[in-house]
Amino acid sequence: MTATEQVNDQTSNQQLIDVTQQALDEAKRRGASAADAAVSRSQGLTVTVRLGAVETVEYNRDKTLVVNVYFGHRSGSASTSDFTPHAVADTVRAASSIAKYTAEDECAGLADRDRLATNIIELDLDHPWELALDGAIEMARECEDHARQLDERITNSEGASISTHRGSEAYANTHGFAGLVTGTRHSMSCAVIGEQDGLMQRDYWYSATRDPADLESPPLVGETAARRTLRRLGARQISTREAPVLFEAPIASSLLSHFLSAVRGSSLYRKASFLLDQLDQSVFPSFVRIHEQPHLPKAVGSAAFDNEGVTTENRDLVTGGVLRGYVLDSYSARKLGMQTTGNAGGVRNLTIEPGALDLTGLLREMDTGLLVTELIGFGVNVVTGDYSRGAAGFWVEGGEIQYPVEEITIAGNLKTMFQHIARVGNDVDERGNIRCGSILLEKMTIAGA
Amino acid sequence: MTELIETAKNTLLSPGGLDIRDLDAVFGKVITPSVDYADLYFQYVRQESWMLEEGRVKSGSHSIEQGVGVRAVSGEKSGLAYSDEIILPALSEAATAARAISRQGGDSAAHAISWSTGRAPQLYRAEDPLASLSDTEKVKLLERVEQEARRQDPRVKEVIASLAGVHEVILVARNDGALAADIRPLVRLNVTVIAEHDGRREQGSSGGGGRVSYDYFSDALALGYAREAARQALTNLEAQDPPAGTMTVVLGPGWPGILLHEAIGHGLEGDFNRKGTSAFAGRIGERVASAACTVVDDGTMLDRRGSLSVDDEGNPAQKTVLIENGILATYMQDTMNARLMDMAPTGNGRRESFAHLPMPRMTNTYMMAGDMDPQEIIASVENGLFAVNFGGGQVDITSGKFVFSASEAYLIENGRLGHAVKGATLIGNGPDVLTRVSMVGNDLELDPGVGTCGKEGQSVPVGVGQPTMRIDGITVGGVQV
Repeated sequence: MTATEQVNDQTSNQQLIDVTQQALDEAKRRGASAADAAVSRSQGLTVTVRLGAVETVEYNRDKTLVVNVYFGHRSGSASTSDFTPHAVADTVRAASSIAKYTAEDECAGLADRDRLATNIIELDLDHPWELALDGAIEMARECEDHARQLDERITNSEGASISTHRGSEAYANTHGFAGLVTGTRHSMSCAVIGEQDGLMQRDYWYSATRDPADLESPPLVGETAARRTLRRLGARQISTREAPVLFEAPIASSLLSHFLSAVRGSSLYRKASFLLDQLDQSVFPSFVRIHEQPHLPKAVGSAAFDNEGVTTENRDLVTGGVLRGYVLDSYSARKLGMQTTGNAGGVRNLTIEPGALDLTGLLREMDTGLLVTELIGFGVNVVTGDYSRGAAGFWVEGGEIQYPVEEITIAGNLKTMFQHIARVGNDVDERGNIRCGSILLEKMTIAGA
Repeated sequence: MTELIETAKNTLLSPGGLDIRDLDAVFGKVITPSVDYADLYFQYVRQESWMLEEGRVKSGSHSIEQGVGVRAVSGEKSGLAYSDEIILPALSEAATAARAISRQGGDSAAHAISWSTGRAPQLYRAEDPLASLSDTEKVKLLERVEQEARRQDPRVKEVIASLAGVHEVILVARNDGALAADIRPLVRLNVTVIAEHDGRREQGSSGGGGRVSYDYFSDALALGYAREAARQALTNLEAQDPPAGTMTVVLGPGWPGILLHEAIGHGLEGDFNRKGTSAFAGRIGERVASAACTVVDDGTMLDRRGSLSVDDEGNPAQKTVLIENGILATYMQDTMNARLMDMAPTGNGRRESFAHLPMPRMTNTYMMAGDMDPQEIIASVENGLFAVNFGGGQVDITSGKFVFSASEAYLIENGRLGHAVKGATLIGNGPDVLTRVSMVGNDLELDPGVGTCGKEGQSVPVGVGQPTMRIDGITVGGVQV
């Protein structure tokens, strides 16, 4: 049996729909004026090989039902992993009981009927991997072998992993919406340790796709991990200074996730955002365009409808550097006197329009400054925009990498940092839900020795 | 313990028609000649949360999760399979899947396991905290907290308060016949305040909890969180840009102990040291801190958020001295890593749920008190930073570099506290930051009970603590050069 087989069949998908309907029927029976139910079920396998031998084999099999009930403007929510009729009824009862104690909230409720998806577009998200355990182990071993054999300074390993998951999600509400999506997610990752002068460094690489055929090859993932580790050996601290900072693509997406935190409806109606009241204002330089592409075939973030059943659409959040839209679900939209943007559950394939330069070109453009390849810690304040995070990377002079750097922080304020974006690279990282090239900022404070 | 075992059996096994005797057959499936350890972890978790914003409790949620994880260990290999249905066919299927790590197939003859239960002191009351307060009272508590925060100052604009409770029952059965159970309550109350003045907005937050019932939140305590969150937000309204560079830093008592959790705690977990991936690997007996530093991991503290009567492998929690007078004493271990390193388990085997593999994890990690008066420590600093509240932290255990982010800090000028500065991240090197601890205060405090630790995708509740301490040089990630 392969790990993803069971999610496959139509019978079990019909069961998921049946569970949502049972929950909605029970809610109506209890007198709820509206309700919705979301059911998910997933199955998968993760294998890790370390130093050539199997380290872990984990079979995943999860399921959840989440029910929201509305009695007029009062709401309650409950969830369970037990889909027996008795447990479903108990869950609806628990949600209904909570709704007795919550306060009236005129904005609470389902999405407006006319915004619900009527035509559910096929997005090519389901690509099961007929991968048996032995095959997965072999692939992980090949990946790690290539990493370990690249250079004798690679002295240890955290291992290579192969992971495959397949899941189905059904959503239904008492406006009559019912939708079901099945999708897959596969990944290959490798993390190795290098040593030089008695000091160790670790780095990693991964490939993640919906279609196993699109994964990078095991040797490529392994060798990339090893190269990333090797280039960090001999890292040192630099002195405190101000300098341009280039965020390498895999971490540049974090800047966009901070932007998202600030334009999310829940941050805005709570006035907990450094981008409050910035709609139609210049938040970025005029060359910046940030848009959402929810219908990209095979993409990680693609979805035909959001977590409330609302149709997702291509749209611009930032055009010409000007903030054109927020990220709203029905509740936060009502709080702000606006319309939902189909973002219940988040954005879908958020993309910053790539520029003309690749990473090498961006390094030349920067000339002298810091290339950041790793960020650690949580020093981001969405209320004020204050930003201060631990970093590691490379000092760059004359457009060329000089030496690795560690134990430093980079700091600024996101509002100013966004205004000071000098370039966006074309080296787009497409592995995640935020698609972003490397980003060059004119200036930040670097704290070090 | 016997009473706990009975309750756990009734909660976890009986509903699916299972009896302890049925587990013999399951172990018969999972044990092969090359599987040297196996366990079953049964878990039931019921939790709820209530949230107040804009003066009203607008939402609440409730969830029930249960299941069983079957783990097989063969040398350095682990296999895990689980099911959210606690019935015999599901257990048998999971057992067959978990033993996939061993090459030998086929069931071994099921033999009768002789079950025994060890002794472990109960560190918290075995009760359901969700039932300890009526839903009406939970809502009222949040409303009182909100009003108290608003009452502090007209500049308080938004108050978000939440109350959460967890009722957890676990049963661990091992192939060596050890049987352990635990009933773990966990509650938490949090308050976040946003204050606004002249167009500037700042936030503050506070909270607490532990392995207790909701009645722990007396008005004195709960309203105290509200006042504290408001005070922090108002303080931050006056805060100036923080300095950048390496300087002397005095850390206040309690929650700043997150320094220990990140700088040395993770690096002393057994798995990383067995694999040689930690910057502390092979360094037992060496000096890793100044003589003023003694650091412990203590899972045995009464009612604390990080405490465990037994860990998730059924071993009683312990108080383990990690660093004694500056010398690295030992690592924190779970069963597998202890065996592979030929050390004893330290009661640090923890897992987020039945669906996750156990790992060595911290419980309550803190530094013992020294003898300095905290005021004297501040007075000893000519120029530096006094940091008293922190957000999260993170560590790269291989390079040893760690960060933790201050959310409330003050400049120290000529031995006196100066103006407040905005939050900044502090970065250091784990293996040597504690060698620069030159003074340790006599004011040991534990955090109020809000910590959650993440490792390899698994979250578990933890505690931290420390007395006031002076570090002679750590990098402060401010903006002011």
